[in-house]
Amino acid sequence: MNNISVLMTCPMLEYLEKQLESRFNLFKMWNLSSSKPDFFKNHSGSIKAVVGDTTVGADSNMIDSLPNLEIVASYSVGLDKIDLEKCKDKGIKVTNTPDVLTNDVADLGIGLALAVMRKICVCDQFVKSGNWINGDLGLASKFSGKSVGIVGLGRIGSAIAKRSEAFNCHISYHSRSEKPNTNYKYYSNIVDLAANCQILIVACALTEETRHIVNRKVIDALGPKGILINIGRGACVDEPELVSALLEGRLGGAGIDVFENEPNVPEELFAVENVVLVPHVGSDTEETSKAMADLVISNLEAHFKGEPLLTPVT
Amino acid sequence: MESIGVLLACPMNSYLEQQLDKRFKLYRFWTVPDKSSFLASHKDSIQAVVGNAAAGADAELIEALPKLEIVASFSVGLDKIDLTKCKEKGIRVTNTPDVLTEDVADLAIGLMLAVLRKLCESDRYVRSGKWKRGDYVLTTKFTGKKVGIIGLGRIGMAIAKRAEAFSCPISYYSRTEKPEIKYKYYPSVVELAAHCDILVVACPLTKETHHIINREVINAMGPKGVLINIGRGPHVDEPELVSALVERRLGGAGLDVFENEPYVPEELFGLDNVVLLPHVGSGTVETRQAMADLVIGNLEAHFQKKPLLTPVV
Repeated sequence: MNNISVLMTCPMLEYLEKQLESRFNLFKMWNLSSSKPDFFKNHSGSIKAVVGDTTVGADSNMIDSLPNLEIVASYSVGLDKIDLEKCKDKGIKVTNTPDVLTNDVADLGIGLALAVMRKICVCDQFVKSGNWINGDLGLASKFSGKSVGIVGLGRIGSAIAKRSEAFNCHISYHSRSEKPNTNYKYYSNIVDLAANCQILIVACALTEETRHIVNRKVIDALGPKGILINIGRGACVDEPELVSALLEGRLGGAGIDVFENEPNVPEELFAVENVVLVPHVGSDTEETSKAMADLVISNLEAHFKGEPLLTPVT
Repeated sequence: MESIGVLLACPMNSYLEQQLDKRFKLYRFWTVPDKSSFLASHKDSIQAVVGNAAAGADAELIEALPKLEIVASFSVGLDKIDLTKCKEKGIRVTNTPDVLTEDVADLAIGLMLAVLRKLCESDRYVRSGKWKRGDYVLTTKFTGKKVGIIGLGRIGMAIAKRAEAFSCPISYYSRTEKPEIKYKYYPSVVELAAHCDILVVACPLTKETHHIINREVINAMGPKGVLINIGRGPHVDEPELVSALVERRLGGAGLDVFENEPYVPEELFGLDNVVLLPHVGSGTVETRQAMADLVIGNLEAHFQKKPLLTPVV
């Protein structure tokens, strides 16, 4: 398939790049930046596949400029950076990387909750700066037994719930519709969910409906002892509202992996102690990134061999 | 009971101190200018000692207090109390089991996630503004890793239950195999270490378990192995651990306890595969309150001649 042209939108994983290079005619969009208009003039007709991720996907403009595009294989499970409508219209296939990253993202959700509640990062910094010899730190908050509210009970949300249960947490959730096979308490209104839990975890896809689903009202309902964990998408949360709530002590704390404008993070949060900030690492482990890359490759190969896609987005 | 003399070994909790002050005649051991002359002049008034993981009741102190009836520890660990001497002299001993089990187990899991996923390092990375220049490195998946537990008591079992939710296969070492437990048993710590990815110390500190983590065990764990210690510092041969980490012969460590708290080997400070906590295993508002209430409850029960709530001796 070395004559099939594939466009990779940004650097995402060296292993994936090498695999794509060895199997296809790979164009790296970030290397073309100075000559992008020329590239698109000369090569756009040959590009049959785009490999995108959470940073750069395949928006309307890109799709329009690639007349022979057949498939968009996303190195992510989130699809918010892909114009799905346009792909459907034009019969362009879309694949993503569900399941292989579920555990890692759920692990991070729990890790962030523990880190915030038990002040793990604050404590680590305290010891490593030599301050323990001057006295102990203040007390933290117990995690076990707390009520956990999950926004979005998909694969990742369910995996978070399963882990939380082992800590004797009471689980409740909000999603578009109630899920039939769970014992967890359902709230049709996210404000009610926030009012009835101590740790609110955002685990839903980013769509028009979920943009800023965590807004001032939700943050107020969560309250000064509440904790917000976001391992979904930055835009699920009204970031300026979150920042002011944290600075003013109206929210108890937050563990955030995703931001509205990555890699930019509101700098006012840097000095805030009850906040843990990580750089969109939900699925960034050696094991999972390789599995995601393999899935991208397999989907592309299946497509070009005329075989069924492994993880098509319907 | 306001005439009953209680010696508080060191500052541990202001709520506990207040409660003790209210109910008994409280002596704060750390405030006396000369400990031996204090003991000489007050030996007949002290009937109880309240200690913790840092300071308890050793043979010397017990000998100096002829009226001592009870040692109530603000901890579950008993390594700072001379239990043999207490038994000899008919001195009762109580601790704080159960109320802190979940917190300590939570912290063990928190340390595993923090070490494997480099949570603290990632947080520092963001706060330093480095994310604008490039992504952070890839880390290690936690789900599915083999967890080996030394000591399958209350805390060890609580760790196992939590780790199972992350699909971690569980194995353990303890003094004797527990036939009713479904986890895999290894008859030695070295074998356990060789067969797990993450080794957790969750046993009491005794003569037998002193330096239970030694060079041999660390070698068996290997360059990908991760050690989690939420037991006691002396469980681990600390200099051996430090050199293994610095030389990358061990993959990483999450430590809440050290041989000589609050002193922590500074060679560990710059390592990105190490998370260091200042002995906060039970350090939550909720649990410290419960522990304090248990200490008070035990003391009151004793002096009211009722059954002790959580007796050890």
